[in-house]
Amino acid sequence: MTLHIDIPDENLAGILVKAFKNRSFLAGFVITALVAAVAILSFFWTPYDVTNLVISDKTQAPSLAHWFGTDHFGRDILSMIMVGARNSIAVALVAVGIGMGVGVPLGAFAAARGGFADDVLMRLNDLVFAFPALLSAIMITAIFGPGAFNAIIAIGIFNIPVFARVARAGALAIWPREFILAARAAGKSRTLISIEHVLPNIATLLLVQGTIQFALGILAEAGLSYVGLGTQPPMPSWGRMLFDAQTRMVVAPWMAIFPGMAIVVTVLGLNLLGDGIADILDPKSRRQR
Amino acid sequence: MTAYLLKRLAIAVVTLVLASMVVFAVLEIIPGDPARLMLGLNASADQIELLRNQMGLNAPVVLRYLHWAGGLLSLDFGRSYTYSVPVIDLVRERLVVSLPLALMALALSTIIAIPVGLFSASRHGRAGDTIAMGAAQLGVAVPNFWFALMLIYLFAVWLRLVPGGGFPGWSAGVLPALKSLLLPAVALALPQAAILARVTRSALIEVLNEDYIRTARAKGLPYRLVLWRHALRNAMIPVVTILGLQFAFLLAGTIIIENVFYLPGLGRLVFQAINQRDLIVVESVVMLLVAAVIVVNFIVDLSYAVVDPRLRGR
Amino acid sequence: MSLLEIEKLSLTIGSTRILRDIELSVAPGEVMGLVGESGSGKSMTALTVMQLLPWAAHTSGHITFDGIDILAASEDQMCALRGDDIGMVFQEPMTALNPVKTIGEQVAEGIRWHTRASRADAEERARKMLDRVGLPAAQFPLSRYPHELSGGQRQRVVIAIACALKPKLLIADEPTTALDVVLQAQILDLLRDLVAENRMGLLLISHDLAVVTEMADRIIILRHGEVMEAGDTARTLSEQLHPYTRQLAQASMHVPARARTHDSGSAKPLLQVENVTRDYPGRRTSLLKRAAPIRAVDDVSFSMAPGQSVALVGRSGCGKSTLARMVLALDGPTSGAIRFRGDTLTGKSEAELKPARRDMQVVFQDPYGSFDPRQKVERLVAEPLHVLEKKPVPAARREMVAHALHEVGLSPGDMDKYPHEFSGGQRQRLSIARAIITRPKLVVADEPVSALDVSIRAQILDLFAELNQKLGIAYLFITHDLTVARAITDEVMVMHDGKIVERGRTSEVLDHPQSAAAKALVAAAPDLHRAIAKRLQEQG
Repeated sequence: MTLHIDIPDENLAGILVKAFKNRSFLAGFVITALVAAVAILSFFWTPYDVTNLVISDKTQAPSLAHWFGTDHFGRDILSMIMVGARNSIAVALVAVGIGMGVGVPLGAFAAARGGFADDVLMRLNDLVFAFPALLSAIMITAIFGPGAFNAIIAIGIFNIPVFARVARAGALAIWPREFILAARAAGKSRTLISIEHVLPNIATLLLVQGTIQFALGILAEAGLSYVGLGTQPPMPSWGRMLFDAQTRMVVAPWMAIFPGMAIVVTVLGLNLLGDGIADILDPKSRRQR
Repeated sequence: MTAYLLKRLAIAVVTLVLASMVVFAVLEIIPGDPARLMLGLNASADQIELLRNQMGLNAPVVLRYLHWAGGLLSLDFGRSYTYSVPVIDLVRERLVVSLPLALMALALSTIIAIPVGLFSASRHGRAGDTIAMGAAQLGVAVPNFWFALMLIYLFAVWLRLVPGGGFPGWSAGVLPALKSLLLPAVALALPQAAILARVTRSALIEVLNEDYIRTARAKGLPYRLVLWRHALRNAMIPVVTILGLQFAFLLAGTIIIENVFYLPGLGRLVFQAINQRDLIVVESVVMLLVAAVIVVNFIVDLSYAVVDPRLRGR
Repeated sequence: MSLLEIEKLSLTIGSTRILRDIELSVAPGEVMGLVGESGSGKSMTALTVMQLLPWAAHTSGHITFDGIDILAASEDQMCALRGDDIGMVFQEPMTALNPVKTIGEQVAEGIRWHTRASRADAEERARKMLDRVGLPAAQFPLSRYPHELSGGQRQRVVIAIACALKPKLLIADEPTTALDVVLQAQILDLLRDLVAENRMGLLLISHDLAVVTEMADRIIILRHGEVMEAGDTARTLSEQLHPYTRQLAQASMHVPARARTHDSGSAKPLLQVENVTRDYPGRRTSLLKRAAPIRAVDDVSFSMAPGQSVALVGRSGCGKSTLARMVLALDGPTSGAIRFRGDTLTGKSEAELKPARRDMQVVFQDPYGSFDPRQKVERLVAEPLHVLEKKPVPAARREMVAHALHEVGLSPGDMDKYPHEFSGGQRQRLSIARAIITRPKLVVADEPVSALDVSIRAQILDLFAELNQKLGIAYLFITHDLTVARAITDEVMVMHDGKIVERGRTSEVLDHPQSAAAKALVAAAPDLHRAIAKRLQEQG
């Protein structure tokens, strides 16, 4: 299979105009910005203090005082969701950073070198791919103990081959282009060509993959925290909140509903954003113009 | 064809060997003595020494690896420390829950996703497509374990149609067993189906823009036939790729979902083992799941050759 | 009574007007030529007749085929017509066939659908049809897959699909544009025979005036979606009454004015290629075994003098592009040596190659693919300055770029634009500006005008000629198009199966070819002069 990369040929202003006409992008952008804003706000203000246990207020249904209700320790669910957003975003962001930081150079290098180096890197990729994020998290936590840091490492490691593959496939589609030959005829080295010509041309591809992996990272962190391998209490996290809710579904369903919705909305926003970016930069829509 | 298959087989075997080394090495790099770690702080020196011998920790590292890997080949995973039974017996007992669950989910996901993808692609840009893809977009964003909680609340707590958790065992009859696997399978399958439907649709749309689709239409075939006979098969290649990748996610998903539904599968086993620091069990289950992923990827490679004649020539 | 009658056809897609008031007719057994440059709407006319337009298309006017009102026909009616009464052949043979189905399945499919024949019967008819288009059973069983066939063979399969049910009308949209001249001549012969055998109407769409003149009884010249001129082929082209017709005809035959000064051997050679061979590893047949290596270039030797313009012509796959890449030191020979100004290029590191690279530049075929779309013209054109010993300061760099742009007829203000802001012809000028900025002694041009419309092509050829005169740059032109070779080069080398089989003065080789390969090329090359003369002669 070959990957077709069509390179958009518009300047930034044109792309921005198109971006804000694109419904997917607009919705995704607004949602993502909102979630980020809430996370930042939580550093300065939350409706209630999430470290304060008010047992007398435990498992209260949503009300004017507690919009999303309270949990079994009487903590305000809305406040916990706000603080949890920080945690989710931080874990996913760092994990994507690890994946991109290591994966993209590896993939670009493999495509530029070809041959043996490419084979070796791709086999290593297959190897890491054989360990789904949760499995590596299980191995890591079985040894080093559970915690947010180990969750980041596990998700990050899993992101490396994803970005390596995308970068390699993108770069392989760019390398046969005539403008690369022209650069080679100008005596430029493979490394220089990778930096000057290849990476800028696969940047959008990586950006789209980045938003997807960001969304997957948030899901993975929630999953790990849910089974107790991720963020540890008392730090609020969406996954952990769902774990606490599980045994109380009958008496306090809101404990499960709202954190879950927070995850859905965040992931939905990121996916819409990614779709939007891909749409805007996808030349097929332009070709039919 | 044989060259292609042999190459893919060789890659699968190499990956499997490397993966076993990684799993083994992880146990090796544990800070401190694994035997002490497993036994906890109160263990006596004798107990630790006994376990060290049992685990073969006193032999040189290469020998230990070969012994362990050799054991794997004959399905001898060692003995569980906490359960004092061969790990393979534990695994076998749990696999009869996890494997049917994963397969049910995979089947469900495929059965839902492919028709939705076809429907959406054939109505590209129209209302039906927009609605279906909006639903899929939402489905992708739903964490399966939360979805599972919502399903339990709806069908088990509210409507009381199915059990909210637990597993009666196959001895209680196939039907009750399947019934208790139904909700977990749905919870696993729907988010995956959403992803698969999106991939199917975009693969189809891409194929429908190809020149040979125009050739087929110029033959006078109606659009519906062109979609079935020409587009679908070509679109299968990316779809099968995603199916293979999804299997890995599905396995991981099974581990979590089993905890939601209190199903006595591999996932529960792993978490109990982690809590009891039964490293041999953890190691074995991880190795088993990794092997499953590698085998499935190999099957995906085989299916490429079935779908695409260009690979058969290689 | 016409078979196909198009009256006042207009087409808009979205808000863009594609066609306006097209009038066209095809009679049974007649070949109708539809000529136009890119964007003239000629393919859209064909797709309108087939009713295979995109969803957003809106048509008005009348199309009558065999008494049926096409624009009013239902999709079911159209399905009954397509492939049965109207066949269509497309431009790109490499992608026109489904890669996962055998050629037998693909030819038989239409037969089964329209005639409800059994599988065996349909396959028998498919077999006969494939035999007819020149794909005999021994070499091309029905079980072959498209990827096992070459471009020309695939186009034959596409023709077999289109003609399997002996349609009354065949629409061929640039059926030979992706093929080399020899294959082109074969496919055109096949189409001509099929027309004669079945009294089929043929609507032949092409950008190439010479091809259409050879084939068509009548022609229509299209520009910007409107008919410029229509009529009898011979008369239209010999009289050239319409200014656009004249412009097209002259551009097709354009020869730039250049003083012929350069002969080989007059000075110390600029480029020497000595016994160069390039092998590619054969296909893997099993894990350890490979097929014998493929010899792309086989023991080639030649030399070029400074300022000389040499064409390297040959059919596709003859090894000419591989040879060009080795001359540019982008690929290394398996054996043999390449010397540039006396220095060996083979086996040198990138750093050691820098002096040579300064004096050796390249122009590629695709004016769209040869620029990084993310960079501005200034950086793109300045890219070869990378090889200079001393990198110019930014101001000097801008100065050099401005000068180069001026030399190729672009304005210095263009350097702050992105490549997509230029047309195809302008981009090829940019490409040339990039090639001359280091003041090279040799420019290797790989099919530099074959992606351009004829009128643009004439201008670019003029530019090449002018720079050759003014700057004394030697050219190595890689081309399959003999008119280009004739227009711009002093000498021609004919390449066949990796070997250079003939070399000589351009006019000599093209007028009196000696080798079989050169003869085949010359005989197959469409030539407008010759075609018009032949038409006039036929009509007395």
